[in-house]
Amino acid sequence: MTEKPPVDGCSETKQFTFASLPLESGEILGPVTLAYETWGTLNRERSNAILICHALTGNAHATSWWETMVGQGKAFDTERYFVICSNVIGGCHGSTGPSSQNPTTGKPYGLDFPVITIGDMAAAQEQLINHLGIEKLLAVAGGSMGGMQALSWTVKFPSRVKSAVVIASAVRHSPQQIAFNEVGRQAIMADPHFNKGQYYNGNPPERGLATARMVGHITYMSDQSMEGKFGRRFRENRSATKFGGDFAVAGYLQYKGDAFVQRFDANSYLYITQAVDLFDLTALKTLPEMLQDSRGISFLVLSFRSDWLYPSAQSKELVRGCKLAGIDVTYAELSSTYGHDAFLLETEEETPLVGHFLRRIAGSVEIAGHV
Amino acid sequence: MSEDRIRADYRIIAELVAKNTSVLDLGCGDGGLLSYLADTRGVRARGIELNDEAVLSCVKRGLSVSQQDIDAGLSEYGDASFDYVILNQCMQQVKLPHTAIGEAVRVGRQAIIGFPNFAHISSRWQLGVLGRAPVTPSLPYQWYNTPNRHFLGISDFKRYCEANGYLIEQERYLNDEKRVRFMPGLLAQTGIFVIHRRK
Repeated sequence: MTEKPPVDGCSETKQFTFASLPLESGEILGPVTLAYETWGTLNRERSNAILICHALTGNAHATSWWETMVGQGKAFDTERYFVICSNVIGGCHGSTGPSSQNPTTGKPYGLDFPVITIGDMAAAQEQLINHLGIEKLLAVAGGSMGGMQALSWTVKFPSRVKSAVVIASAVRHSPQQIAFNEVGRQAIMADPHFNKGQYYNGNPPERGLATARMVGHITYMSDQSMEGKFGRRFRENRSATKFGGDFAVAGYLQYKGDAFVQRFDANSYLYITQAVDLFDLTALKTLPEMLQDSRGISFLVLSFRSDWLYPSAQSKELVRGCKLAGIDVTYAELSSTYGHDAFLLETEEETPLVGHFLRRIAGSVEIAGHV
Repeated sequence: MSEDRIRADYRIIAELVAKNTSVLDLGCGDGGLLSYLADTRGVRARGIELNDEAVLSCVKRGLSVSQQDIDAGLSEYGDASFDYVILNQCMQQVKLPHTAIGEAVRVGRQAIIGFPNFAHISSRWQLGVLGRAPVTPSLPYQWYNTPNRHFLGISDFKRYCEANGYLIEQERYLNDEKRVRFMPGLLAQTGIFVIHRRK
């Protein structure tokens, strides 16, 4: 709580710790640390701040995982905006999560870590935004789970958000989406090293986590992108075993799975996928009713035609809810063939759409049809 | 507005739209009309468009646009939720013009509908005398590449409104850039109507 809000142009991962966070489950988590980074300069009016929310396994370093979108002259133009990104609570890249030390036991939380929700992630981010002295965000933006956090902001803190950019996301997971996550969770828990989540002193459940990641990667690609990337080719170094995954696609998935376990905690994967599955903006009320207090917020909603994990119909449901609530919403369906990964990779359409939308919100072009 | 020259139909429509009202443009294309209305009439502008590039162009203009198919209906908009719903040079291209017009007069207090007159004298000459599918300035396509699905004349539209209980509030006719005031069914290439549901 002592550090000064950073207003310089350079970025490094910083940490902000606050005493406690009341969770949606009723439990209280504390102390809570958020790892975050900022880029660009907060203007005198403090009106150019954009919060970027990362997806399932992302981190605060948005200029690496969203390199196509965040930086000088890019859609989230760090010369124009003060861009903030923090690691979610429950995560394992510097923010408080199941691998953090439990203050009551002095050991890692493991499965004693409380259930967290997307709303809790947003509530923790709100603490950070308060700490940075920002009253109202110019935009809160994200893809996939990041889009859910952005949506959560619009209903939890509607007066503190001027606009929301929701990409390849949904107001709730479908049973199909939950099902894929469940396979991942079961793979982790079935790993003999899992040890009810207390594996921090020994071998982590690497095979289970790698398998979970492999399932994830299948859902992030499209039929077409897999065909283009692998076809039915075999990989170069064919393995000696009978079922060594000789196809190029198998080698790729194994490589991605193995690389993932080096940078991610299995318990975090359980907690975060569960938070995504639990997210449901329509649990208590209809979507237009939920969005009643969000009417002052402008929305940009984007989906990708080749994304079968978060199909366009889910984005259209959000757009429809916005319109029924009388909310200013722009929606575009992009033609990228990358599948769900498109939100990270596609630049040709995504960049100008987000860039021009933000400029309109920032008021640097005259707002056509100002309400 | 950066365009050096404003299309004649845009100018006519701007005259028909009251200041500081709300407008939904169905099939808004690159957003040229909506931008013009926002700039000159101060309207709250919203657009619906299907084409990828056109949607991007709208966003570049700072417009709120939604990429969707008019033929799927407008069920996300309440009755009379806009002062005007515009169907300009698009009604003849949708699959279900009857649905589109019905939605336009439901969602808009008034609907503004502009379309090419298939019964223009030049069309009649080409079809009736030369025996060819007409190609005119307002219907510039060949039979094999036209996006138009429906071909109607001014009198067809009037009869349609009569039969469906739509009152014609205003009518404007154009031939190229000029207003047409005499025998529009024969001499106008474009008709623009303001209609609403009979109360």
